[in-house]
Formats: sequence, structure tokens, C-alpha cells
Amino acid sequence: MAERATHRDRLRALEFEAFVAGAGGRLLHTATLLTGEPSQPPGAYVRAEALLRAALTRTYADWDRLHGGDPYDRARRELALRFAREARRHQRPRGGVLDRLTPIERLVLVLRMYEEVGEEQTAALLGLPADRIRAVCARAVATLRAGGPRRGATGRGQASAAGPASAPGDRVTP
Amino acid sequence: MLDGPHPVLPPDLAAQAVRHGGRRLRLRRAAQRTAGWLLALVLVAFLVWVGVEQPWATEPAQVTPPLEGW
Repeated sequence: MAERATHRDRLRALEFEAFVAGAGGRLLHTATLLTGEPSQPPGAYVRAEALLRAALTRTYADWDRLHGGDPYDRARRELALRFAREARRHQRPRGGVLDRLTPIERLVLVLRMYEEVGEEQTAALLGLPADRIRAVCARAVATLRAGGPRRGATGRGQASAAGPASAPGDRVTP
Repeated sequence: MLDGPHPVLPPDLAAQAVRHGGRRLRLRRAAQRTAGWLLALVLVAFLVWVGVEQPWATEPAQVTPPLEGW
């Protein structure tokens, strides 16, 4: 009994390590996008690492309950839910690509655009109505478009056209 | 814009997740085992009590209450 259990443990650990070796980089990138940290100097994304560590720990513990499901989906789901739970701690800008957005906008944008999760699935995952997901995503894109010229100097006319139209809505709706 | 180069994965990430996740798994299993044993214990205790006490059997109504004060 104990023999068989350790054998299964070893097998699970091997499978899991192979999974992390394959998908860990992408998951960590997703985590840095979520926490709003820059992904380049190797020590600059401590929070993203902590988030991913916690999510992977849970993924490993639930590994036997996958029943043929996609472990990447499971890990991403864990990452997203964990981030949503502690979103208030990720409000301050930390120099990442998306740090102009609120945590929830970042979460929705990353799930929809980077991870390419469907609108319905995102809504189901986060427990929000689908049109709310669409609205938050549109608002995030508008904020990014409007704020873009602050960094690069291109697209000024487009920004001034989009900026005032989208800016008031950003402040009012939470 | 979202698709940058992937950040470097810390080398101990998988091993640490296996360690912590394994601990979580063992704890969860131990909790399940304890809950199962407790349930079995409660069931056995209930069956024993039922066997001894037989709460469905009513007392025979032979004893009348004492008659006093007349």
C-alpha cells in the first residue's frame, strides 16, 4: 500500500515537473502581466513568482483530480482566481506593461487577449456576467490606447479622439 | 504588446511546488481518513446504542400512577 503510494507520488512529481518545464515560462509571463511587474530584469517580478508558486502548489495538490483535463487550464484558473482574491494588493503601479490598468482590468484583459480565453469562459471563471467582461475589456483597451502616447510619441490624434470619450467612464464605474 | 520574451523561471519552482503541494496532499488525505474513521465510529456507536436501548419498543402500560389525596 505504502509502496504503491510512493510510486504514484513519484510518477505525479515527474509529470508535474515536465509540465512546469514546458508551461512555467508562459505562466510566469502571465503572472507578471497580472501583477503589473516588468518581466525583464530577473529579480523584478517577485510578486508574480509568489503568485505562481502558490498556484502551482495548488495545481500539484489537485493533480490526481484532473481526470484527463488540461493541467495548463487548471494552473491558469488557479492563477487567475488567486489574483482576483488578492487584487487589492496589486493596485500600485510597478512598472510593467499594464500597470496603468486596475487589477481587474488587467485580469480580464490578460485572460481575454493574451490567454485567449472565450468571453463566456472568462465570465464563468470570474463569476461575472459576460457583458460586464466585455465592458471591462473594452475599457481596458481604451485606457491603453488613450495612455499609449505618453510613452511613444505616435498616434497623437487618435489618442485625443479616444481619450476624453473614454476617460469619464473609467472613473465612474468601479 | 503583451507578447514579450518570457521571464526566467526560478530553478526551484517545480521542486518547491511539489514539496508544498505534497504536504497539502498528505494533510488532505489525513483529514479525509480521520473524517472517515470518525464517521464509522459514530455509526458503530449508534448501532450499539440502538441494539441495547431499542428505542422503538414501548413500555408496557401496566404501572398506573399512584393515586393520592382523596
